[in-house]
Parts: sequence; structure tokens; C-alpha cells
Amino acid sequence: MKQLLEVEDIRKAFVMRSFSGKKRVQAVRGVSFTLRQAETLGLVGESGCGKSTTGRLVLGLLRPDAGTVIFNGHNIHRLQPRQLRLLRREIAMVSQDTTGSLNPRMTLQELLEEPYRVQHLLEKDERRQKAADLAEEVGLGQSALGKYPHEFSGGQRQRIAIARALALKPKLIVADEPASALDVSVQAQILNLMRDLQQHNSMAYLFISHDLPVVEFMSHRIAVMYLGEIVEIASRDQIYSAPRHPYTRALLDAIPQVSSGRKGTPLRGEIPSPTSPPQGCAFHTRCPQVMNICRRESPPLTVFGDHVVTCHLASDSDSEYADPTETSDDISGCGEA
Amino acid sequence: MTDFPESSIALLTVSGLSIDLRLAGRWVPVVTDVSFSVHRREAFALVGESGCGKTLTALAVIGLLPSVARMRGSVKLDGRELTTLQARARRKVAGREIGFIFQEPQSALHPVLTIGEQLTRPMRVHLGLSRQAAIKRAKDLLEQVQIPKGRRIFQEYPHHLSGGMSQRVVIAMAISCNPRFLIADEPTTALDATVQEQILDLLLGLRRDLGIGLLLISHNLGLVAQYSDRAAVMYAGEIVEADQTRRLVSQPLHPYTIGLLRAVPHLGQKVERLQAIPGYVPAVEEMPVGCRFAERCTVMCEKASNHPDLRPHADGARARCWVPQGDRATS
Repeated sequence: MKQLLEVEDIRKAFVMRSFSGKKRVQAVRGVSFTLRQAETLGLVGESGCGKSTTGRLVLGLLRPDAGTVIFNGHNIHRLQPRQLRLLRREIAMVSQDTTGSLNPRMTLQELLEEPYRVQHLLEKDERRQKAADLAEEVGLGQSALGKYPHEFSGGQRQRIAIARALALKPKLIVADEPASALDVSVQAQILNLMRDLQQHNSMAYLFISHDLPVVEFMSHRIAVMYLGEIVEIASRDQIYSAPRHPYTRALLDAIPQVSSGRKGTPLRGEIPSPTSPPQGCAFHTRCPQVMNICRRESPPLTVFGDHVVTCHLASDSDSEYADPTETSDDISGCGEA
Repeated sequence: MTDFPESSIALLTVSGLSIDLRLAGRWVPVVTDVSFSVHRREAFALVGESGCGKTLTALAVIGLLPSVARMRGSVKLDGRELTTLQARARRKVAGREIGFIFQEPQSALHPVLTIGEQLTRPMRVHLGLSRQAAIKRAKDLLEQVQIPKGRRIFQEYPHHLSGGMSQRVVIAMAISCNPRFLIADEPTTALDATVQEQILDLLLGLRRDLGIGLLLISHNLGLVAQYSDRAAVMYAGEIVEADQTRRLVSQPLHPYTIGLLRAVPHLGQKVERLQAIPGYVPAVEEMPVGCRFAERCTVMCEKASNHPDLRPHADGARARCWVPQGDRATS
């Protein structure tokens, strides 16, 4: 099947000025992935791993230092302003902070009409009708159309943001922590809504979150990021039941679960600064299975079907994780590791 | 996990705690009739969603309620009533006998004082230590909270530290005056998953080694399940269920607890839909007189227009529900 989005080796660094001089923060260091139509790719990692920057590069809100983002066959960073405007109908975003993204002086009616108005679409009456339909579709009801953002709760405001993203029937929605600011009982409503809308409208999601269980619930495939790189990318079942990267395993172990007891020992230390990522494998400073080679050489990409991992252990033929046919054995192997 | 009968002498006893906030010129109840007790070496958790009153309850325990709040009820530490103490005496208790760990370590630390300065000051004030003695103890404390090369960060400022390191420093400050009780309000919510684990292991280790009581406040039931002995679930300003944590999460009685457990995705569960709790928490100004959860509850209940009490059930569990769920419910 044709890819909707192809991201190829994108890189982005920011220059930070402080008292002690300039520093280059290497936010994204060579990220590649693809996304099919109506598919959800979860982008998961801890703070500062570059997942939000990756989202902004895909949206075209940031220009990469290197690499390409191809959407529907077009390099989005090479488009003329007019074409870029048309692209905005195809890619939409939902962000975490609804207080910052909804104009406090607009009513729900105006907020929902705005995407059509900005794109010069539809007549006034049609826009009115569309706004009412959208409010209904995301479960706000037409009676709310006259209200202002502050009159809604956090969960309802996130519904507004989703309705606005949905308005122009985009092919891709980049959702950056869309439910993280919400309480769990309301978070579930928003996640269910997003999954329902995907089934009705068959758009693709790039779903960015630090919350692995939420990403697992939402995604078909999951990419795990660490210090600006994707360390592992696979289907959600493989990430959960047969993770190959030690960092993915540590992330899975670190999540406090209601049902299970304590698992392995926690990872040591903290994420190194993205201004000076470690030599060799970026994870070697914290890896419980670190080897000499990890300190010197960055690990190669190892591909097992649609399961891609960057780890010296995975590329080492003696490793217990090397045989792609033994996925079921890998589960027991993980427990011992 | 140990079972403590409610009657044995507790370290901290909160009874009948109610808190009102002054909103737009009138007093609005935000915490209603909260009672619980915490024993030595026990980790007790208050769990609930934002606005349920868990943080205000903690602030009332330590006596740091904002000026727009008023409270009724009793807070006893080792049998001594704290609410009737004069402000000066109260501060002494707050600083010395109860340690408090805040959610945002970066804002809990003073930005222009070195870590060493901030760490030694409470010990000089509350314990009357000399400068040299305070510095020596501070270095031991940094070791205790597992900060490698503790000496080096002595001269540094909070902005040099990562979130996890700052939280370790805040914990070191909280235990510096040998408190008998620790309150940790969402101690890891601002931290990454892999660091969260380290900090919670540290807190539980300290509780054991120092023999103190711990009040853990969190919105995360999974975290509470792994890191507390007993827990109370709060909803709309009230405790709706309290029990030993292991039973609370495996055989919950209250429909809200059940709803919370089902609403979050669990790893490896592979469900198509989450069971969201419909609707929203009622606003504090419009609190229903009957059962506060009735509007969102999945259970049909004829008595919902009357306010249910927190009633005892088997094995010391308590639930505020007319129709408690599961086999353990005794009516």
C-alpha cells in the first residue's frame, strides 16, 4: 500500500543562548519513519527526546536542517506558499494546551467556522451548518455553539480542538499529547473519540505521547525515541510482547501497573543533555547491558521484517534477541534480562 | 504489607476535616468530612482526580492552607492536636516534625541560593546545629538520597540540576530535621517514567529505614497500587472508598473506583475501547445534595438523592455507596 507520509533522516538543532555562551541542542538526530493511510503511529519517549520537534517538522512548522518530509508525494519543505496553504487542509494538528490554541474571544460557532473561513471555503450558511455538524460529531451538542472557551471544561475544550482539526477532513492529524493534561476519566473519553473519528473518516494519526499505555491503546505501530533518535519501531504487539531494545524494556518496566508486582531494577541515572549526546550509542550511559562496542560505535539499524531496532545487541548474531523467528521465546528472554 | 487495625494508635489521625474556600465572596465547601489515619512505617495514599481535594487535605495537615481557606476538624500527630496550636508552634511542627515534598521540585527550591545553603538552613533553624555540623549532616543526607558526588552539587544552583536531582534535594531537605511524618504531593508527576521509579523506590526505602509515616498523594492508581499499603479514593471533596491498597485495586467496592481502574489503558490489554466515566465532576458551587457521583454512575440506584455515608464493610474497608459492588459488600 502507498505510504501517506515518508520521513527520511530528518535532523534539527536549535541554538540556545545563555550566560555561558551558545549551545547547540540537537533535538532530532536523523529520524526516519513512514505512515500509511488510516494508520496510527505512536511516537513515545521521555521529555526532551525530540518527539514534539519531530511532530512540528512533519507539520511544516519547523524547517529541518537536513532530511526530507514527503507527504502524498510532495516534499512539504519545498512547497510554494500557495501550495503550502493547500497542504494545510490535508495535515492538521491537535496540541496539549487548549487554553493557548483557542481564541478566548471567539464563540464555539466562530471557532468551528474558522478553518473554512481561513481557507475561503463554503458560503456563510454552509459554514454555519458545518460548525453545527462538527459540534455534534465530537459530542459537544449544538446548544453549546454560543459559548466561549472559558465556559468549557478541559475535556470539552480538547473536543473543540479535535473538531477544528477535523473540519477540513485532513488525511493526517498530528496529535501532540492530546489527552495528557486531562484527568483519567475524561482522558478515556477523548481517546475513544479519536479512535471513533479515525474509523469514520479514515485519517492517519501521528500520536505523540510520553504515556506508553496510552500510546499502546491508540497505535497500530509504535516508535520509541531516545535523545533525538528512534531506537525501536515495530507493531504495538511486538513492542509490548517482544521488545528488542533495552530502553524499550526499561520504559515498559518503569510503568506502575495496578495488576502486576514490581519488576526489574530501575534504570540508573537520567537522560543526558541533548547539547552533548554521548558518543557511540546514546543510551550506553544508562544501559543495563552495555558492552565495550556501545561506547565507541553508534549501533546500526537492524531490520527484522517490520521490526526495526538500533542496538548492538540486536545486530550481534550471538545475542538471544537476534533470531527474528523466535519472537515467542524472546518474551521469556526479556524476563531474565 | 501489614494490616493495621484502625483502633491501634496511629501516628497521624485526621478526623472530620472540612475545608471551605472563599470564591466570589462566599464560602464554598471543597473538602467534606475527611477522616483517615496513618501508622508508623506505613505508606498511605490519597488518590483522586484534579479538584477532588487531595492536595488541600495535605496542606491542612501541615498547616499551609491558603488565606482564602478555612477548615474544621482535627489533625493529630502522635496524639497531639495540631489545629489549635499558635502559628509559631505550628510552624515548628510543620518544619521539623512533618516533611513536605512538592510536585514541582524546581519551584520548591529557591533559585538564587546554592543547594548547600538551602539544605543547611532548616537544620540550623530547627535543630540549632552549627554551620560546620549542618554542612556535615547535609553531605550525609545527599548520600542518603543517592546523589552521586554530593559534595560537588553543594555549590550549585537549582537551575543546574535535572528534575530528578532537584527532587532528590527536596527529599533531602524534607528529611533533614528527622521528621516523624512525610507528605509527598504528586512527587513524580513532573518527572519522566524511568526517573519516577527511582524516586519512589527512594521514598519507600527512607520510610522503612527512618521508621516514619508517609502520606502519598497521587492521581495515578497504578502508582498508588505499587507504592502504598493503604489508600483512600477521593471524589468531589469526599473519601468515597478506603481500604488496603491491594484489595482496593483488585476488589473495589465503589463504582467510581471501578470506573477509574477501567478508564486507563493497561499495557498488553489490547482493548478496542476504554470504558470512560461519562460526564464531568460537578463544579464545587453546584455540588448535588445526594450522592455526588450519581450523575456519572453506571449503577442504577434509587437512593441517590440521599447523601450516602462512608460505611464499613468486610475487613475494615469503607465505602460511600448505597449499592457497593462485588462480593465483599455487606449491607
